Amino acid sequence: MTERELSCEEVLEQLFTYLDGEIDAAGSADIDRHLERCRDCYTRAEFEKKLRLKTEQAGGFAPAPERLRARIRGLLDRY
Amino acid sequence: MSGKASRRIGKQDQAERKQRFEEEVLRLMDRLYGTALRLTRNTDDAEDIVAEAVSKAWSRLDELDDLDCLPGWLFRILNNVFVSEWRKRQTRQRYWEDAKQAGDIDAPEDFSLFQKLHQPFLLWWGTPEDAFVNDLLHEDIQRALDSLPDEYRVVIVLVEVQGYTYSEASRLLEVPTGTIRSRLSRARSLLQKALWTQACAAGLRSEPGDSGHDNGAGK
Repeated sequence: MTERELSCEEVLEQLFTYLDGEIDAAGSADIDRHLERCRDCYTRAEFEKKLRLKTEQAGGFAPAPERLRARIRGLLDRY
Repeated sequence: MSGKASRRIGKQDQAERKQRFEEEVLRLMDRLYGTALRLTRNTDDAEDIVAEAVSKAWSRLDELDDLDCLPGWLFRILNNVFVSEWRKRQTRQRYWEDAKQAGDIDAPEDFSLFQKLHQPFLLWWGTPEDAFVNDLLHEDIQRALDSLPDEYRVVIVLVEVQGYTYSEASRLLEVPTGTIRSRLSRARSLLQKALWTQACAAGLRSEPGDSGHDNGAGK
């Protein structure tokens, strides 16, 4: 496995693919190494991670209305 | 997590299976509904697809050996029900209209909140970009997600909210992975643009184009 020195541009180009876990292990390790050394890219990556986490939390949750809960309970009672 | 041992549903009696299924469904209800609501943007449709998914899951419960897999399995069924319903309603037309409309939205391809907010010399205390993200309420993000055209919103809900891989999203939506990549990229840009626009409208940030903090730090 050869280590590659990535430029900031290369890292930012692949940042979301990296955060999505869609880069192979070697590519991911290259980015990890760059982020350990480059404050600008690290700061950017942290920002995108936080925003992504907020999106995950907000996008996958909403209080289910009582009407839906009652409907589901009704469905289950019929089984 | 305790009780990790696999439990074969097929070997449990009907009453016990039903109880376990019901407990899991009710426990996951807010997440199922929240996901359905983001996918459909409509409360009635969201309730319908949750009910349909629960019904399908119950009818096929014997196919699931390991109850630990029930949450992921339920969400997969939910997504399938949504996509199937989406197609049934022949929303492909609206889908493309939405996509076209998205192209008209005033958002550069690579809009970045970070570039708008980042100030490189504020290194040792709370940064504007951190403050921005910390101050975001769930409803801010939900509103921004809901403003995205279907094809972009669905991809971001699958990948960012539910953790689908590109190839899983590609299979579900029956589009190439390259399309998933490009839609995700566009979706993120539109989402960040929507959050920025909301912040400007609320007076929390200066209007887009007012100079902002676009100092090139984002490269």
